[in-house]
Formats: sequence, C-alpha cells, structure tokens
Amino acid sequence: MADAVTTAPSSSSPARTFILPGDPLRPPDTHVDVRTQELQINMGPQHPSTHGVLRVAIWVDGEIVTRADPDIGYLHRCAEKIGESVTNIQYVPYTDRYDYLAAMNNNLGYCLAVERIAEVEVPERAQYIRTIAVELNRIASHLMAVGTYGLDVGAFTPFFYAFREREEILRILEWICGARLTYNFIRIGGVMRDAPEGWIPDILKFLDLFESRLDEFNDLLTHNHIFVQRTANVGVITLEDALAYGITGPMLRGSGLRYDLRREAPYLLYDRFEFDVPIGTGIKGQVGDCWDRYWVRILEMRESARIVRQAITQMPAGEIMAKNVRHLAFKSKPGEGYLGTENPRGELGYYLISEGQPNSYRSRIRAPSFCNLSILGKLLPGTMLADAVAIIGSTDIVLGEVDR
Amino acid sequence: MDALVSLFRDSWHWAAGTSFGVALVISVLFIVAFISVWAMFGVWLERKASADFQVRLGPMEVGPHGLLQSLADGLKLAFKEDLVPKDADRFLFVFAPAVAFCGAFAAFVAIPFSPAFNVVDVDLGVFFVIAITAIGVIGVLMAGWSSNNKWSLYGAMREAAQLVSYEIPSALALMIPVLVTGSLGLRSIVEFQCMPSDGDLKAASLVYLSPNGWLALYSPWTLVAFIVYYVASLAECKRAPFDLPEAESELVAGFHTEYSGLRFSFFFLEEYGMMFVVSAVATAVFLGGWQPLPWLSINFATLGFVGHLLAVGVFLAKTIFLVWVQIWMRWTLPRLRVDQVMVMGYKYLIPITLVALTMMACYVAYGIRYVPGIG
Repeated sequence: MADAVTTAPSSSSPARTFILPGDPLRPPDTHVDVRTQELQINMGPQHPSTHGVLRVAIWVDGEIVTRADPDIGYLHRCAEKIGESVTNIQYVPYTDRYDYLAAMNNNLGYCLAVERIAEVEVPERAQYIRTIAVELNRIASHLMAVGTYGLDVGAFTPFFYAFREREEILRILEWICGARLTYNFIRIGGVMRDAPEGWIPDILKFLDLFESRLDEFNDLLTHNHIFVQRTANVGVITLEDALAYGITGPMLRGSGLRYDLRREAPYLLYDRFEFDVPIGTGIKGQVGDCWDRYWVRILEMRESARIVRQAITQMPAGEIMAKNVRHLAFKSKPGEGYLGTENPRGELGYYLISEGQPNSYRSRIRAPSFCNLSILGKLLPGTMLADAVAIIGSTDIVLGEVDR
Repeated sequence: MDALVSLFRDSWHWAAGTSFGVALVISVLFIVAFISVWAMFGVWLERKASADFQVRLGPMEVGPHGLLQSLADGLKLAFKEDLVPKDADRFLFVFAPAVAFCGAFAAFVAIPFSPAFNVVDVDLGVFFVIAITAIGVIGVLMAGWSSNNKWSLYGAMREAAQLVSYEIPSALALMIPVLVTGSLGLRSIVEFQCMPSDGDLKAASLVYLSPNGWLALYSPWTLVAFIVYYVASLAECKRAPFDLPEAESELVAGFHTEYSGLRFSFFFLEEYGMMFVVSAVATAVFLGGWQPLPWLSINFATLGFVGHLLAVGVFLAKTIFLVWVQIWMRWTLPRLRVDQVMVMGYKYLIPITLVALTMMACYVAYGIRYVPGIG
C-alpha cells in the first residue's frame, strides 16, 4: 500500500468519454461565425444537491463540465481552536457538531483519544454500549446517505423509506440519551447512562424489521435500471487516485481496497466481533464508480446490524464509567497522540497534544469528508451536469465536518 | 359547441344571430373552469398518491382529507407579491406563462368527452392536439431566456431539446391508429372503436358488442403505439423520469426558478393541463374513449342527458387512471440523464414506432389484424 501511495495519480479516469475543448482530439468547430463560450455557474452554497453549504464553481460547455472548483468554508466554526480553549470534558459536546449525522462516532473518536493520552481504563460494559450506539448511528448515517443519494438522482420515494428506518434509530438513541441528533452520550471514561430497561429488546426488534426492509429498499432503488444507468461507470475513482487523495471510508472501499480501521487498528472491542468489510467489485460497472460506493454503504448497514447483534449477546453486566476520570477536569497527563476511528464517512482522526492542563494544547481533527471532498475537482471535469450531482452525492460529505 | 349553437338557434330565436359568439364564450368559460378545477384536483391527487407511496398522510387539514388544500395554496399564490427580477426581460418574462399555458388550454377544445360533449369536433383533431400542445415549449423557452438565470436557461434548453425529440415518436405513434381508422378526428376514432358489427352507431341497442374494441388491443402494433405514445407523452409533460427541465436536484427549479405567485401557478396549470390532455388523447385514441370495457359498448345516446354524464364519467375515469399512472411513475423512478433521454428517444422510440407504423400499414393493406394467417 505504501508503494501505491507514492504512485502519481493517473491522469485520466476511464469514465471520461467526452472530449473537452482544447483537446487536440476534438474536431474543429464547423460554424466559425457562431461564438461559443464556457458558462460558469455556481452550484451552491444554496443548492438542493450540495448537501449543505458547499459551493462548487462549475464551468460548463453545454451540459458537460469542463472544470469544477469546490469552495468550502461557509460553515467554519473554529472547531479546532475551541478544542484548545475549553477543557477536554467540555469539548465533547462540540464534537457532536462536526459530522452531525454521526455524532456518536465523533464523540467516540474524541473520547478514545483523550482516554488514551490520560490512560483511562474504560469498563467493558461501557465499551459494549458504545459499540451499539456508534453502530446504530452508523446505520442511521448510511441511511441518510443512500436516501439523499436517491434524491440526487431524482428518486424521491426511497428517501422517505430510508427516513422511516432512520427515525426508529433516532428514537432508540433518544431513549438512551435524550437527544436525537447531537447526543453527547459517550463521555470521557465511559458513557453517560446505562441501557434502560427494554432498550436492548427494542433494538433487536428494530434490527429484525430493518434487515427485511433493506431488501425492499434494494428492490426500489439499488437495482432499479435507471438508477444503475445513472450511477454505474460514473465518477470512477481508481484505487491509486483514492490513495493519493487520502480518501477513506466507504469511498476507499468502493474503489476496491479492504481497509477498515475497525479491522486494521481495532479500537473498542472490534476484534471480538465477526464482520465483513465490504468492498466495491464493479458489479454494475467499473470498480470505484458511484454505484459501488453506494453499494458498499448498503452492505455496511448489514454488517453494522451484525455487530450490534453480537455486542448485545456478549454484553456483560458492570460499571459504565471509569473510576479515575474526575481529575481530568483539573489536570491531565502530558503527552500527544493521534487516534483514527472509522466514522461512517471514513477515518476520523484526532491529534491531541496535552501539556498536563485540563485542555489540549493542540487539537487537530482529520475530517474524512474534507479529504473525500478533495477529489471532486478531479472527478467532475468531463462529466455531465447531472453526473456532477450524482458524484457529489456519492461522496456523502457533511459540510459541518468539512469546514469544522 | 355545435350542440350549444343549435340549442341557441332552436330555443331562443332572438339569440340566433349571436348564438356562435355566446356559445363560444360559454365554451371557453367552461374550459377555464374545468382546467382550474382539474388542476386543483390533479395537485391533490398527486400529493395524496405520493403520500401513499411514501408512508405519509399528505394534506389532511384543509377540508376532508385535504381536498381543499389546493384551493388554499392557489389563494396563497394569488396573493403573493408579483416579482420580476431586475435584469429580466420584462415583457417576455411576464408573457411567458400565458404562452406556456395557452397550448395545454387550447388542446382541451378538441377532446371528445362523450358522444355529444366536446367543444369542437375538429376534423384534424389528432393533428391539432399535436400542433397546439407544442406551443407550450415557446413559453418555456421564453421563461428560461428572459429570467436571466443560468439554471432557468438550462431548464429551458433541456425542455426544448426534449420536446422536439419526443414530438416525433409521439406523433408517429398517433399515426398508427389514424392508419387503422382512416380518420384524424378524435371523435371519429372513438366511434370507430365503439362501432357495432353492422356499422350503425345510432341504431345500436343499449349494450352491444363492438368488434373493433379498444385500439390498444386492436393489433400488436397498436399496442406498441400505445406504449410508445404513453412514454413519449411523459417526456412531453416533463414528468419523471423525464423531468429534466425542472430537475430539482440539478437545476434548482429549472425554467421557472425565478417565477413566483400567480405566474408560477400558470406553469403549474400548464403542467397539470398537459398531463390531462395527453392522458385524454391516449384515452380517446387507444382506450376507447367512453367505451366502458374493451369490445363492450353502451349506446349512451339512448339514455339522454344521464347517458352523456355516464359517458363523460367513463372517459374521465380512464383519463384520471392514466394520470395516476404518471404520478405513480414519478414517485417511483429516478431521473434519466439528458443524453440517456435523447438516446431513448432517437435510438429506441423512433425506430420502434417506425417499424410499428410500417407493419401496421402492411396489416391494413392486407386486412390483417393480429397475426398473418390467423386474423
């Protein structure tokens, strides 16, 4: 893999079938008396399919995109600087706000990083509850991704089906922590609250229903002929490109690399669970096209459901909070470290430097959406305007995380 | 309208001189009323049907099951501020919704709702409908161009390209029934389907068998024509999966991005009017018009006024069913890409229709209906 990283990104992706102006292969214009020029259009920051306040400046030749410039920063909230000015414990709620579709995963990454520097032992039951929470949240996040992806290619109804399932998950998570979106549930040293009575059977009931409804969803959207036409062979990211641009998560796996931090660098208790890491195999088109990325997300939801089931059966009784965390409000161990966790969108990494203060001297966030977004400028030229929408949708970015 | 003219002429002698004008005004008012009520009902149907597909309730508050929701929305639109963008071409911008609406509106004239109930029985009915509905695209182009908005321009250009491409297969598909019936008049095409075996419509009994039956089931090639026409008509109405001109996720709102209030509602009326027109044409040409079941006709004329109401009911039921199928497709299918739309039109629909047209011409020439050698 290290070799692949150093390989220069290949100059053309195979999906480009259009010859751009200026290309020597392009036949000369026959009507010399008609002046044509490229049109520059702004997609966003207020646009239905940029999934937030992303602005993509697009230059188009008719329907074909010749150049695309993603412009970010509309949702910048100084998240990293805040991480240095408030104490680590106070900072946990802020982490909810980057990737607001997967707030549990953000909490988890930050708490794990702080715990590793402060050398806190988290009780086993808390770890299992964390696993259940983050995997359920992963399902909810992927449901949002595939549902809105349907919207991007013009299918409205699957979105509502995805939201019906997501609603159930939000209800389950609300039950344990009282919030539907920004949970602040995973705390440094454990979790906020033990599983309430009836919570576990309810999750199992939901999972049974969910897996059958996922089949329904596949019938409606995934294998729909028009949907496949719109997404297969569109926006192909080769593995070299994916590695060169630092893409992680479902997008990287969609390009065919079986790389999942839960498997490669297990945190929590992921080494105790059996689960597959699905990758894109180019069933409908080429490896790494939009359909593959979408399909990886669908398969990952099933794997997350499997993990939740195993976590429920293995979960022991016991404490949910570590004993020795109170002092973290006043002092911490000096040290620094980076910890990457597998967010629904990719590798969410926290690099923290502690000088013994209750707050971090430096807090740096490696946001997966930010890195995944970076390839847009390369992917979009040569595609059609409608493909551009499909490609932006397939990256599944959350702007709160891109801009931080 | 002919019926109205003769009614005036026969009943009120003083009105004889102006009977044409009065009948014209009444007819036009009737169409305006019908199209408005239809648009409200159509919007309600769309919202309710989509809600059913999407595990929601849809409008429930205004009136029973939200029936009056469209009325409330229409009122809201009527009272909205009339906005014209600063850099828009004001004349074209203001004029465009009227032009767009005009095509769908005028097409209602030729639709035969019942044996006696259509505004004008145009001899060239099929041709008239094809021609007049194409006017709408000029309005859309005007709207897109005058808005001075790049997204609007894109929507308008897509609409023009799409409509021009899909006029061809839809017109060719309509030529196949014309070949069979030997008439371009919508009413005579329906009468062909209702024709009893002895060929005398007036003398038929109350319930009788008609050997021709619905044209969609008349021969394999007319069935092909029906399917092609229906698909092409989806594209002409800008309905999913061909809703590229107003593709929300790509073009914000397409050609009517800059429109608001009453002008926006005219584009809405146009869309729902067009949905009705293409479905009504499909009903009249392929699904037997007011004939209740294939091969089984009712002589509505013998029932008098009630009979005509029944005939209109049958016609509307079929038309609304076809509209409902359009709605069904819209809320099920993703959107095609612009090049795929063109590929589908030029590479599939046109060749298929041409083959069907040629085959049907041979069939008619040799008097074959289903399979050569059998019948």
